[in-house]
Amino acid sequence: MTETKSSNPGPAEVWITGIGLATSLGEGLDANWDALNQRRINVDENGLAPYVVHPWAPVNFDTQIPKKGDQRQMEAWQRIGTYAAGLALDSAGVKGNKEILGRMDMIVAAGGGERDLAVDSNILSLRAKGNSAPAFLNERLMNDLRPTLFLAQLSNLLAGNIAIVHGVTGTSRTFMGEEAAGFDAARIALARIAGGQSDIALIGGSQNGERKDMLVLYEFDDFNLKDKFEPVWARGSKAGFALGSAGAFLVIESRTHAEARGAKPYARLTNVVADQARRKDPGEVTATLETLWSKLGKLDDNGAIITGATGAEPVTSEELAFLRRHPDFAVRAIGTAFGHTMEAQFPLGLALAALSISRGALFSPNDPTALEVEMSTPPTQIVVIGAGHWRGEGMALVEAVK
Amino acid sequence: MTAARDKFGRPIVVVTGMGVVTSLGTGKSDNWAKLTAGESGIRTITRFPTDGLKTSMAGTIDFLPVQPSSSTDLSERLADIVAEEAIAQSAIGTKSDFPGPLFLAVAPVEIEWPQRLELGHDTGKTEFDYDDLLRVSGGGKYTRYHRRFLFGSVADYLAEKFGTKGSPISLSTACASGATAIQLGVEAIRRGETDAALCIGTEGSVNPESLVRFSLLSALSTQNDPPRLASKPFSKNRDGFVIAEGAAALVLENYESAMARGAAILGVVAGCGELTDSFHRTRSSPDGKPIIGCVRKVLADASMESDQIDYINAHGTATPENDKMEYLGISTVFGERAKQIPVSSNKSMIGHTVSAAGAVEAVISLLTLEHQRIPPTINYDVPDPAIPFDVVPNKARDARVTAVMSNSFGFGGQNASLILTREPI
Repeated sequence: MTETKSSNPGPAEVWITGIGLATSLGEGLDANWDALNQRRINVDENGLAPYVVHPWAPVNFDTQIPKKGDQRQMEAWQRIGTYAAGLALDSAGVKGNKEILGRMDMIVAAGGGERDLAVDSNILSLRAKGNSAPAFLNERLMNDLRPTLFLAQLSNLLAGNIAIVHGVTGTSRTFMGEEAAGFDAARIALARIAGGQSDIALIGGSQNGERKDMLVLYEFDDFNLKDKFEPVWARGSKAGFALGSAGAFLVIESRTHAEARGAKPYARLTNVVADQARRKDPGEVTATLETLWSKLGKLDDNGAIITGATGAEPVTSEELAFLRRHPDFAVRAIGTAFGHTMEAQFPLGLALAALSISRGALFSPNDPTALEVEMSTPPTQIVVIGAGHWRGEGMALVEAVK
Repeated sequence: MTAARDKFGRPIVVVTGMGVVTSLGTGKSDNWAKLTAGESGIRTITRFPTDGLKTSMAGTIDFLPVQPSSSTDLSERLADIVAEEAIAQSAIGTKSDFPGPLFLAVAPVEIEWPQRLELGHDTGKTEFDYDDLLRVSGGGKYTRYHRRFLFGSVADYLAEKFGTKGSPISLSTACASGATAIQLGVEAIRRGETDAALCIGTEGSVNPESLVRFSLLSALSTQNDPPRLASKPFSKNRDGFVIAEGAAALVLENYESAMARGAAILGVVAGCGELTDSFHRTRSSPDGKPIIGCVRKVLADASMESDQIDYINAHGTATPENDKMEYLGISTVFGERAKQIPVSSNKSMIGHTVSAAGAVEAVISLLTLEHQRIPPTINYDVPDPAIPFDVVPNKARDARVTAVMSNSFGFGGQNASLILTREPI
């Protein structure tokens, strides 16, 4: 709904009432929670060697995407996302509720889909062998590309598939722009609900990290972690990120709307803020994070921070400088367990923050550098941080519902 | 003039600056003159060989002195031009200091064939795969391609150049993207987050693979000769859309703050509506309900009845499916009036600027309000009896126009509509 109610008594309180996770650590909240607490990491150093990636843990797609025809129309990133979106709708108790789904906002943070590597490689090889006729590329593409591949690559077709498979049809917006798409999706969805422009929204993103075409993009500036896995804070001179595979979606809604339908919150989404430092001079990211931190709202002592820190430099060191200024907050870098899921990284952080608050514990640290420490008390405030590998800084405050 | 708030108590959102570039030319004046003269910007593609393609014409922009090496380069260049024009007209802020956020509708970004071929050549092999490409990608030789082919790269450039505030948003809702960018700006101003927003739609994607992709979906016209006759919205012999390049920018402002700084008001974004179709990835629900719902939502958001709309700037792509469904949607909401109200398609002249279309057509709708003259649907020689719209055939028409509905419907079930008025209502 675009309409704003005429009498707006003030910003509405917004709850996270649904979480859908399908990641390299498994499907569902328990599987991910247990793996994090057991410090289990699903990482592959060999399949795409020398590149280190986190493979997705396979699921039975039929449970969330019942039509095989729908599954065939999607590439992996769309299947992962559509699957996780279904889990989130189930978790919120709105799956199949046409009345609610018909007015539900959807903001998806998306990249693009896999290329057909065999087609690309064949064209390049044939070209290298001297096929340079004007019609060569055109004819090969016309003959070799699957007609439906385009739709499996199009950024907004993850949202399109979620609409088709799950019936989320109120509004549909797809944000692009790597990590920033993730925090802007949360920021705008929250602003719409808080401002009375909407009651409920589905937000999230997905990535399949086992993609050579995507590795090429990040290899252009040597961002890929190579040879050997190390936790995010322990990469030292071997900076970089291991692409991760995950679908992470959340249902957020106004407290009033949730209470009216008897929905229980995992946590409250209190604030999401974002900016884009130019990053021309050292320290800009640290300063921007500090500014965002000051805009979050009242922070109590002894909270926690869940960061999507990538392992890329110099941004990870700049973020580390920021974290060291806030030593009272227990830190968890989800990039260690999940890798870098790019557009999905911030939604994944939000999901794990809400899950931690609902379970009354922060998951285990996993860090040989001891930046991450145990947290013995139930967290009531968790700040989620996203600092993009190249651009974009975002932050959210997730709190226990009072 | 009335209060600075609408009937819902929200800040009224006005337009104080516009910029546009299409295959017809650069800037509002040039485009308006050619649109109202019924000229076509569709031409035979010369940027790359079209041998082996079913479609060899498009609304290309090849009059700029830049030879783009990728669609993203051209998208950025076009967005830059239209933002300059819009900001200059609005005279808002100071140079490189736009006082609000950026909402950018842009095509999904990817490494393209020139770069892929460059990598392939760099392997030094004649038989190779992606592992070989990966091996030559690193080491700093291609750092610029990382910057260029990030999805956020165009917004990154624009945010820096124009000094927009906060995290710039790059978005895609397929053919509705330009309208969505405007909608996001309207919503931010209505929420009181900002008094101004820079909303841009840009499209520079006429390249071999994009033509092939749409061809394989049978979406493009193949009536290549002569190109100017290819785009035939609402005609019985329509056979698909003509892909085109273009861009448009709008400076949106809170009416109150725009008046306070003495800005000229070019028009009002009175309403935005959006409703998703879950029927199929590329086809509309046969009952038209999502389009009908979208049109009803935009009317409700503007607090208007259908009889207050004087002109519809149609999505009108000229695909057999779209034009039929658009008639079903409009006629269901407008009733008998659907046959009387002027409904024209700019795409008959400029082609389908995909990600930019919603923004380009919003600018043209505002020019229609300014000049009280409706651009025609050209190439309308064989009416489709199943679509009895008054399409303003072939010749522009003077008319009293106080409110325009501009529609955008896209792949993935993306439906978005805007209502633009000359004055606050």
